Amino acid sequence: MIMGISRAIFTYLIFPGIAFSFFMGGIGWWLERKLSARFQYRVGPPWYQTFLDLAKLFIKETTIPTGAVKTLFVISPLISFSATAMFSAIVAQGYFFQKNAVADVIVLLYLLIIPSLFIILGAFSSRNALALVGAARETKLMLAYEFVFIISLIIVIIKSGGSILLSDIIRYQAQNGMHLKSASGFIAITLSIFYIQAKLGIVPFDMAEADQEIMAGTMIEYSGPLLGFFRASKTLLYFSLPLFIITLLGVVPGDTLPAKILFVALEYLIVILIISIIKNINPRARIKDALSFFWFFLSPLGIIGILLALKGM
Amino acid sequence: MGLKEKILTKSLWVFHLSVGSCNNCDIEILDCLTPRFDIERLGMQLIGSVRHADVILVTGALNKKSTPILKNIYAQAPKPCFVVAIGTCPCSRHMFKDSYNTISALDEVMPVDLYIPGCPPKPEAIIAGLAKLIKKVTRK
Ligand code: SF4
Repeated sequence: MIMGISRAIFTYLIFPGIAFSFFMGGIGWWLERKLSARFQYRVGPPWYQTFLDLAKLFIKETTIPTGAVKTLFVISPLISFSATAMFSAIVAQGYFFQKNAVADVIVLLYLLIIPSLFIILGAFSSRNALALVGAARETKLMLAYEFVFIISLIIVIIKSGGSILLSDIIRYQAQNGMHLKSASGFIAITLSIFYIQAKLGIVPFDMAEADQEIMAGTMIEYSGPLLGFFRASKTLLYFSLPLFIITLLGVVPGDTLPAKILFVALEYLIVILIISIIKNINPRARIKDALSFFWFFLSPLGIIGILLALKGM
Repeated sequence: MGLKEKILTKSLWVFHLSVGSCNNCDIEILDCLTPRFDIERLGMQLIGSVRHADVILVTGALNKKSTPILKNIYAQAPKPCFVVAIGTCPCSRHMFKDSYNTISALDEVMPVDLYIPGCPPKPEAIIAGLAKLIKKVTRK
């Protein structure tokens, strides 16, 4: 009994749960910065920079703006962090020990929306004009990218025989090869990559946090540990979001744990590389352009993908 | 040397504040981020909001209009936060010393941790100055 509980705690907190995701996410974020630096012929930060930045935020002072809605302002980062922590624990569990994956994709989708929602709420509660602009942009962007992601989820669900359980999706792919190989799976991964880009607020979809226009937008009033919690949840998402996409679309059949870790590391590297290439060859899009890109280009593409999936392609 | 200072100085986020410069110093600050100088390798990052700042880089000569704004912004920054005067203007009021509008140098208004004189200072000088700031903080 005690063994079982301590084992569960270990798997949720250390490996492959929160600590592991956190470490990989930090490395991924650094890799993205380093690649951007190399694209611009710069040297770039050392590999531990993400963790140092976070540690530094936790030793700084917290300032709360006068006139802010204090409670909401303070709890928003905490809720956002706990939702992402839960999300990463469930996804990592699901991928590495398929038996434990009881969660379905609807729960995961719901957990994914919470951080963005509380970023918006935190910005609204901070009583800053630029934060309001950022929050409004994030809201509009959310309408765009969540829709596209739901389409790619539908494709995955259709392809794995109508099951919404993470473990079933994994098992289906382990038996029949990954979804990525088919035409509709390829469309789904395209949509998902843009979803990651928009969700993590990476150029060209960083208009909610645009440093040069609206001075960090939604994050403008946050400082010290509160900002640290937001950044920590982003660090977690840096790994668990690509891992979720890999789980949905690109499971490589492999039984042993080292093989799984190797494949995940490889696929993760490829995702980060694609993300930073998109980041470095595009300027920041205007909110209108981003919306029309998601709604009038990616969504029809996704609907074609659904039709293909229904045909079994 | 404490762990706290070590972490702080390895991840300095700089906030760039012009209180009436001729724009030359600002361009030199941006030069520090270009491929040749790249201060991101030292963990420094130019950020947009003063709430995230560890270092405030002040350029330009203080005048009657910008002094209250500067004080306000300094009060908003979470401590510990260092103030760096970039260029001769904030260090000593430079050629605007006798102007009716520039009433004080920067260090008469707020504590200054580092002065980098020059009109404008070279990027090398700015980086050398920041290295001195790091040394000063970690030795304390
Ligand atoms: S120090 Fe010289 S270059 Fe810098 S703001 Fe003053 S006048 Fe301009």
